[in-house]
Amino acid sequence: MSNPVLAEKAVVIDGVAKVFNEGGDSEVAALSGIDLTVEAGEFISLIGPSGCGKSTLLRLVGDLLAPTTGEVTVFGKSAHEARLDQDYGMVFQHSGLFDWRRVLANIELPLELRGWSRDERSARSAEMLGLVRLEDFGGHYPRQLSGGMQQRVSIARALSFQPKLLLMDEPFGALDEMTREHMQLELLRIWRETQTTVVFVTHSVPESAFLSNRVVVLSPRPGRIHSVVDVDLGDRSDDTRQDPAFFEKATEIREALRAVEGDG
Amino acid sequence: MKGGRILRVVVATAIALLLVVGIWEGYKWVGQQTGDYWPGTSIDLPASTDDLTMPHAMDIADELFEEVRDGRARLPLYLFLLKKGWFTLQEAAIGFTLGLTVGLGLAILMLRWRVAERGLLPWINVSQTIPLIALAPIVVTWGRQQDLPDMLSISLIAAYLTFFPVAVSALRGLQSPDSDHVELMRSYAAPWWTVLVKLRLPAARVYLFPALKIAATLSVVGSIVGEISIGTKTGLGRAILEYAQRYAVSPERLYASVIGAAVLGLLVFGLVSLAEWIVVRRTGEVTS
Repeated sequence: MSNPVLAEKAVVIDGVAKVFNEGGDSEVAALSGIDLTVEAGEFISLIGPSGCGKSTLLRLVGDLLAPTTGEVTVFGKSAHEARLDQDYGMVFQHSGLFDWRRVLANIELPLELRGWSRDERSARSAEMLGLVRLEDFGGHYPRQLSGGMQQRVSIARALSFQPKLLLMDEPFGALDEMTREHMQLELLRIWRETQTTVVFVTHSVPESAFLSNRVVVLSPRPGRIHSVVDVDLGDRSDDTRQDPAFFEKATEIREALRAVEGDG
Repeated sequence: MKGGRILRVVVATAIALLLVVGIWEGYKWVGQQTGDYWPGTSIDLPASTDDLTMPHAMDIADELFEEVRDGRARLPLYLFLLKKGWFTLQEAAIGFTLGLTVGLGLAILMLRWRVAERGLLPWINVSQTIPLIALAPIVVTWGRQQDLPDMLSISLIAAYLTFFPVAVSALRGLQSPDSDHVELMRSYAAPWWTVLVKLRLPAARVYLFPALKIAATLSVVGSIVGEISIGTKTGLGRAILEYAQRYAVSPERLYASVIGAAVLGLLVFGLVSLAEWIVVRRTGEVTS
């Protein structure tokens, strides 16, 4: 079924609309007329005011929700097939770790479900722990870790089976500013090392400007793509945050958001 | 640290016990002084304080070491109660296991099919409004027709009490994982059964254990009530029934056997608490 032309594209969203409770009293048009292509290896952010459907769009890509109309293709397959093939990893705002599993066992969960042997699992989870720089915490329980550390474990878990696509739903939204900036750098490093495609939902303007190749600004009720801002800041470091080019992009995104909120 | 905690529990228990004995004896003493009136009034005390209604705590304790007849043998009351209690404990254990299995099974059924939840839950609630005393003879008659030993019928009665808290709390626990966890499992394309085993059942433990403690003590209550209504020849229920009939002769003995039943209840409660500690302490709630 895979389409050779689309195979270079990580995600193709084609004429997608999503209506919740269709025909019911509480019918909500969450998304309307969405067309978006994410290139393989790209880091793309979805930003917009609350109610713009950015999380919904992410869930359509992950086939956690089905579109009302239109089509979502992930690496040339339907989103449904891609989910069944576990082509993507997912990170949520709250780390979503299992309290009763140690850090290593949490990272190994998706591998366990894929039927990996114990040796394969522990080799990979140790490697992942190194990737997120938590080598000393494999035996800890999630509650013994700080919020930032939990989120790293969550990223390690999402990447443990080396998916080509990483879906992130406001993963740093619950972290304090310092931890957040640190995690952003870590994520960029991981992104470079693993060459994963990332679709990143956020409501933070500087975060989207700092992380992404492209920022998709959504307008609310129903969610539509207002504009797409290209960002090219080269190799980013903490210094980038003082870079005029960074401020310029942040301003551009902020202005797009203002326009969008004015509409609503 | 751990030793200190055990010591605290022992000391607290001793103090509580002394307090109960103190209140018992104090009330009795006051009643004896005033002729069973509230001091300085002519209002009756709620319970008479004579030795028949309220034997001295020490007399009850002494009674535990009095010899009683057990068939042809004679042995101290506390040993006799231990022996009977062991029998009751076995019935309760079978009843508890049965109730746990049925309760969990029902919860999983209701989790899987919303229709089952709507259809079953009202009946599960209604089941607990039937008085045990009314139910027991039915179970026994039915059991005897099927050639079940009476002991098993008693366990069935215990299970009838036990399954309820298990079913209700297990269902809540199985439904407790938040949407992030459920979506995560969905993103792994995990089948229903895997989600149950890897996510829902482990998440349910926190909800299940408090219910299991209630269920354990209920299984003892159910066994004793079952024994009394069936009229078995053995078990704590039998001892309580016998001593109740001879209350006028030796009230201490009934009190002693009631204490035996309480100890049995505490024992099963403690066993479940121990299991909880072993299973749940490993979730990082206890930081070492």
